[in-house]
Amino acid sequence: MNIKKEKNLRRAFFFIALSTLSVLAIITLFIFFEGIPLINKVGVFKFLFGMKWAPSQGLYGIFPMIIGTLSVTLGAALIGVPVALCVSIFLTEFAPKQIRMFMRSTIQLLAGIPSVVYGFWGLTFIVPFIRDYLGGPGLSILAGSLILAIMILPTIISISEVSLLALPGLYKQGSLALGATHWQTIWRVLIPAAKSGIMAAIILGIGRAIGETMAVIMVLGNAVALPNSILDPARTLTTNIGIEMGYASGDHQQALFATGIVLLVMIMILNSAAQYIVRKK
Amino acid sequence: MQIRPTTTEKIAKFIIWTISILVVLLLFFIVTFILIKGIPTLTWEFLTQNPASSGREGGILSTIVSTLLVTMVAIIVATPFGVGTAFYLTEFTHESKATRIIRFSAESLAAIPSIVYGLFGFIFFVIFLKLGWSVLSGGLTMAVMILPTIIRTSEEAILSVPAQYREVSFSLGGSKWQTITTAVLPSAFPGIATGVILGIGRCVAETAAVILTAGSSIHMPNSFFDPARTMAVHFYIMAREGISMERAYGTAALLVIIIFFINLMANMIVNRFVAKSR
Repeated sequence: MNIKKEKNLRRAFFFIALSTLSVLAIITLFIFFEGIPLINKVGVFKFLFGMKWAPSQGLYGIFPMIIGTLSVTLGAALIGVPVALCVSIFLTEFAPKQIRMFMRSTIQLLAGIPSVVYGFWGLTFIVPFIRDYLGGPGLSILAGSLILAIMILPTIISISEVSLLALPGLYKQGSLALGATHWQTIWRVLIPAAKSGIMAAIILGIGRAIGETMAVIMVLGNAVALPNSILDPARTLTTNIGIEMGYASGDHQQALFATGIVLLVMIMILNSAAQYIVRKK
Repeated sequence: MQIRPTTTEKIAKFIIWTISILVVLLLFFIVTFILIKGIPTLTWEFLTQNPASSGREGGILSTIVSTLLVTMVAIIVATPFGVGTAFYLTEFTHESKATRIIRFSAESLAAIPSIVYGLFGFIFFVIFLKLGWSVLSGGLTMAVMILPTIIRTSEEAILSVPAQYREVSFSLGGSKWQTITTAVLPSAFPGIATGVILGIGRCVAETAAVILTAGSSIHMPNSFFDPARTMAVHFYIMAREGISMERAYGTAALLVIIIFFINLMANMIVNRFVAKSR
């Protein structure tokens, strides 16, 4: 009797766990099911590399948005990654305990603030600054990159901090005992040793930047043309969905789901890469 | 010319200190800007009146209620599934192909952009299940979105319960169920609660997924099947369309304050937990 009970219990929990798996399957299935017909209609190549997005004329090319996503993300990574690494080194190696606790909760708050608030802050400060001092409309790739750089900080900082803290104390002691300075130890021993964790942190941060929608809508200008410089407005894959989903129907709506497929595939590749790097270690 | 290691060290330290301080200052700038602009609007009337003439007048009561309802649905649905999955992964099975696949899907769910959750929620809950733009659709979409957060934090909490607890319980003749409910769950509870609280934070802050599934009706929802506008969505619409800056700032300030208290609560539980286990 008891054994049977145990078995049923096990089975119940197994089905709950299975639901997590099925949710992922259902999400993928439904998004693909909605988007694939349009991709077939337009043609994969014309959809991915088409230069013109004009739903009213039946033109669905998302190449400018792919470029938009890539350039904003690259910009965010170039600004955000070095800053985040500095802060995580600061937290693990330099900060006194009080400051460390304080900064951790500050960064946690940073992670929790709604993305629309960041977008609005960017619209109030960064956009006018770029317009006045650097030229262009202000709503630009640069503004988007700056906002995203701030927004990906918590992800990169917390994960690389964890991987730095996980290193055996012997590494540091050994290096210092050999006469290396504190900085040499950090640069030549600790960072290389925590490399895989830091790489995973960066990849996950980049994933967040690619996926962010609302903050980017507010500062990027959302033009569908191919941007020529970082001071030009642009549109990303996410903002394309965010802006047009409200009124799209028919083919147009399916095209937005197709945009979602491209986004989903990009994220899955990045996420698998991050998990692979962590596992390999 | 070779720079001396001690000089490099000084330069590196200087850069790292400066950047870290700048990051903190930047955050304070963002937060205080919103608070200074918004707090004067946060009167009792603002919190207890419904918005009038599409937000130009009145308060934000209906958006507060909408936020609460959507979050409630999400938490009620996501907590049992998230905690259950975590228990399955930690207590009922050893590392195997199945656990790896389940863990991989949880990690993948965590990485999916919120707008894609919005698309999914729209096509699945709003259209396929015919729930329409509603509190229920929004809440269920958010439930799916916060599931990975709850799974991960619960898993960590359960794993940190010492093995002896289980061994003692089993040796006293406790069944698996008794062991889980009386030995593991109580000491993992604070960790699990932290995960749920962080999930609440994500629900409150989310805009993209909610606007596509709960809609943006400014009226007070009368049931779970009514469309609703959460505070974050309200702020987005007010700020983007420039309807009433004063009220937009007020909403944003309230959001920031709520997130602050949610974090504070999560931290307090974690600290208590850590202090107890030492």
